[in-house]
Parts: sequence; structure tokens; C-alpha cells
Amino acid sequence: MNNPYIVLPVIFQLFTAVLLMFFWFRVNAQRLITIICSLISVGIAIWLFNEVYNRGILTMQAGEWQAPFGITFVADIFSATMVLLTAISGMAVAVFSTGSIRNARLKFGYFPILNFLLMGLQGAFLTGDIFNLYVWFEIIIIASFVLITIGGEKAQIEGAMKYVTMNLLASAIFLTAIAILYGMAGSLNMADLSGQVAQIENRGLVNVVAILFLVGFGIKSAIFPLYFWLPASYHTPPPAISAIFGGLLTKVGVYALIRIFTLIFIPDEFLSNLLIIMAALTILSGGLGAILQVNMRKIFSYLIVCHIGFMIAGLGIYTELAILGAIFYLIHDIIVKTNLFLISGLIFKLKGTLNIEKLGGLYKKYPKYSLLIAIPLFSLVGIPPLSGFWAKLFLIEGGYLEGQYTLVGFILLGSFLTLWVIAKLWSEVFWKESVDLPKKINVKYFYELKPFKQWAMIIPIVILTVISLYIGLAAEHIVVLSKQISSELMNPSAYIEAVLGTKTDMP
Amino acid sequence: MKTIIFKTASTYLLPLLVLFSIFILLRGHYLPGGGFVGGLIASIAFVIHSFANGIDQTKSIIKFHPGFLMPIGLAIALVSGAAPLLIGESFMTGLWFEEPLSVIGMVGSALFFDTGVYLVVIGVTLTIIFTISETI
Repeated sequence: MNNPYIVLPVIFQLFTAVLLMFFWFRVNAQRLITIICSLISVGIAIWLFNEVYNRGILTMQAGEWQAPFGITFVADIFSATMVLLTAISGMAVAVFSTGSIRNARLKFGYFPILNFLLMGLQGAFLTGDIFNLYVWFEIIIIASFVLITIGGEKAQIEGAMKYVTMNLLASAIFLTAIAILYGMAGSLNMADLSGQVAQIENRGLVNVVAILFLVGFGIKSAIFPLYFWLPASYHTPPPAISAIFGGLLTKVGVYALIRIFTLIFIPDEFLSNLLIIMAALTILSGGLGAILQVNMRKIFSYLIVCHIGFMIAGLGIYTELAILGAIFYLIHDIIVKTNLFLISGLIFKLKGTLNIEKLGGLYKKYPKYSLLIAIPLFSLVGIPPLSGFWAKLFLIEGGYLEGQYTLVGFILLGSFLTLWVIAKLWSEVFWKESVDLPKKINVKYFYELKPFKQWAMIIPIVILTVISLYIGLAAEHIVVLSKQISSELMNPSAYIEAVLGTKTDMP
Repeated sequence: MKTIIFKTASTYLLPLLVLFSIFILLRGHYLPGGGFVGGLIASIAFVIHSFANGIDQTKSIIKFHPGFLMPIGLAIALVSGAAPLLIGESFMTGLWFEEPLSVIGMVGSALFFDTGVYLVVIGVTLTIIFTISETI
């Protein structure tokens, strides 16, 4: 069904960014506008989700150029869910930033750039055109380059170098893949490509292009041999920025992988096996990396890598049940990972360090905060009935039914490694006797902040925690949703019909 | 490069190049030209002026910080892109006035979008160049 308003989430983020640019040096006005506009964008995302849930797939042809010639925006239930999750995490991070980011950084245009980043994410989730997807990826990485370097500390620049180099490489590979694909199929519309690619006789070349896409998106989503840039850079920027990076930037890569490999390139045996091997090694290397680290944000960075493996495993198994697990995990992971990085920001403000060997005694001193923090930590491990449990349950069931026992073993191993890491973190940071840390002069501690800023840091964590509790306790809703998504992904004919079926007279 | 020839020439080149950039802006859409090239030409006009007369002179001509053109340009582009939504058409659909205006020709939402791009390009280029020449 045609609905021109599905592009609103993108336009509204652009509107917010432009509005914020008019208040470039007036930091307090920017704070107010950010809070109000991020709440409105959550409202728009809920509207879109509701509309898609009730009416089915909605499409928009930009400039009234009909598909497959123009740029199509498609809101199926998968896109709408991702848009909603992006809006929620974006809102949480934006509100958290009003409390935690220093004025000096805000004067370099932090909030406008954050909104440009969110615009890129919303666009990437909504577009139905593969070249347009590339453009949104470019907007995302350019905005993230600015965010990762803003402030210009030495560690930040060092992390940014690795981040920028790898992401530019990924973009170049992605663009090459699009060029070859266009040369073979003569179309850029994803729904159209679905039919065109299936008819190409030269399967070898198709597989090569598929591998190029896998490498391009694999770098962005940090899959096994290509993940090294992520733990080297995600701990360097301020916590609010690493929250949006950790929560969403790798997931947009996973989204693109799931979209491409269910719609355009249906994995054959070789590709499935490759995905499964990569997933297993991603889980292993992320989990083992996390055990060795002592910096809390580095631990979380390695856990991102580990858990990306779970989603890729679901894609590799390639049954409806496994994809259901992967989608459920994606939904759970976006909320929890954003929350964990926000929490690391809170702990840094409370104690002035993130080294888990130096930290201690948080539970004794701040029992309420500790209980709040416990919920996302234990959802990450997947202690029933919290959110991570259900996702892993479906993944393991999906793998077991397909006879992928080794992969199931790796998934269980990954869960145990996560449990080990989180248990270590909990006992070191919360239960260990506290040591008096020397007071740092260049850190603004939590008790020194104004009450408004304190609340601005606590409330997003509470909201995200409540949402992850909802995902865990009301899992049947999320299962119904994920089931619908995975059945739409496995039978893309409805998607293709929605995009191409509205074809009228050619322009 | 403070030669008298360059200095005198730059005084005449500034209005000429700005006029030429507007011509390029209006010529766009169906013919080669448009907001991006036009904006570059306009910013070159100011860059030449600043080379000849020093950056402070150029700043005193412009009066306000060129970075301020960025949000204005973006806002114009956004409004022209989103305007079709108000009448239920898709984002970025070209809306045209019925009658052509004298000199300019056919006017549509594409022209406003290009004007937005024009302003953003001037704003970005001049901000970059002014910032670099201030720091060295």
C-alpha cells in the first residue's frame, strides 16, 4: 500500500538537526529541544509501527518515480520494528547526553550530529533501494566519524583512526559489490533484484558478489576475522556516544546482512556453512576477548562481538525458527547494549574510573542503582525469565532441529563465557570491598552535578531497563512479532509485491 | 599575493563571479549547473577576494559568520522536499508553478531545493577556508 508519510521518521530527524543548528552556541536551548524532539520521534516511530502492524507493508516512491526506477522506501514489519528501536535508543542516548556530555563538546555541534546519525539509521532501515542503503551508510559513518573524534582527546583520535580506516574500507567494498551487482542484474531496487538475481546463470559470480557484501557488512557489524577495529575504538569516546555506537551501528550491519541474505542472495550450502563457521568463531573470539579485559567498556565491546555471532548464527542456520531467534536477539540486544554503555557512563561518573580491578563496593554504597544495573546485566547473560533467555532458547532450538550440534555447542559456550564475564564484573565492581580511589581533578563526579543532570542520566537507564524487562516478561508479544518478521523474511513475495505491484504507467 | 593587479581585479571579480554563480544556479535542473556548482563558484569569489585583500576584509564584506548559511540552506532544502507531503504526494515530488516567470523560467520545488544546496555549499566552503586560514 502506498503511504507517503512513512518517510516521516527520517524527515523528522533532519528537521531536529536543522533546528538544533540554529541554536549552535546556546547549549541549554539545544538540551531542551533535544529532549522534546526525541520524545516526538518516538511517537512517530510508534505511529509507523502501529500503521504497519495493522495495515501490512507500506511503500513510498520518492518523487513519484515508480519502482524499480525510482528510490523506494519500504516499511515492512522488520523495518518498522528497527525504526521503533532506533527511536527508543536514540531518545535514551539523547536524554542521557543532556546530563553527561560537557558543554565544550556540545558547542562543537554534538546534538545536531547525533540527530544526523539517527537520520542515517532510520533511512537505512526504511530504504528499499540498495544504492540508497549505501548512501545512508555513508551518512551514518560520516556522522559517527565526527562523534567519535569530537573533543579531540588523544585516545579518541587513536581509536578514531582504526574506526575510520576500517569503515572506509567496508564502504569501498560495499560500493564495489553494488557496482558488480548492477552490472549483472541491471537494477538497484532490492525487491526487483530478488527476482533478477535468481535468474542469473553465472552462479559463481553471484556467489562472489554475495561474499563481497558479506565482507562489507561483516566489517561494519564486526564478524569474526573483521572485528578488530571495534574493541579498539568503542571505549574511547564519551559513554553516550559509545552507547549509540554499541547499540545501533553494528546492528545496522546485521540488519543489512539479514535483509540481503533473505531477499537477494538466498544462501546456498557453501554460504550457509561459511556464515555458520564465521558465527561460531565470532562467538568464541568475542567471549574469550571479554574475559581478558579489565576496562568495563572494553568488556562490553568484546561482548558486542560475541553476541553479533548469535545473530549471524541464526542467519546461518536459515530456518524460520532460527531467524526468529536472531530477530528476537536483535531486538533484545539493541536495548540492552545501549543500556550497558549508558550504565558504564553512570559508573564512571560515580567512581571516576572504569577499571574493574580498582572499582568495588558499589552495592554497599548505592544499593538502588546496583539493583537497577543488575537487570540489564542479567538479561544480557540470559537468566530466565529476562530477555536474553528467550532469544537464545529459539536459536538453540533452531540449531538443534537442523542438526547443527557444533553451532549449538558454540552458542552455549558463548552464553557461559558471557555468564563468566558478567559474574566476574559483578563480583569485582559491586561486591568486592571498596578501595578509596584518588579523586581526579578533570572528572566531574555524579554528586557534583545539578539535580537535573543527575535525573537526565538515571531516567534513560530506568526506561531502557523497563523495556528490557518487558521484552523478557511479556516475551509472548515479542515472539509473535519476531515470528511475523521471520515468516515475512523467509517468504519475501509479499515484500516484492508491495514494492513492484503498485507499478502503474512508466515515467 | 598583494599585487595591485590582483587586488584591483578581485574587486571586479567578486560581483561578477557571484552573478555568474546565480546564473549557474538558475540554469540547473535541465541544463548543466545547479546549486552545488553555483555554490562553489560563489565561494570561489569570496576566496579570491580574501587572497587579494586579506581574510578580515572579506569578513567585513560578508558581515555574518558564513556557517550560519548551513542551517538556513538545509531548512530551505528540507521544506522544499517535504512540501509535497502536505498535499499527500511523495517526498521530493517536483511541484511546478503553472506559468514561467520572466528571466528565471519555470519555477518549481526543485529550484528551492537547489537554492538550499547553494547556500549550504557556500556556508560549508567558507567556514572551512576561514577556519583553516585563521589557524595558520
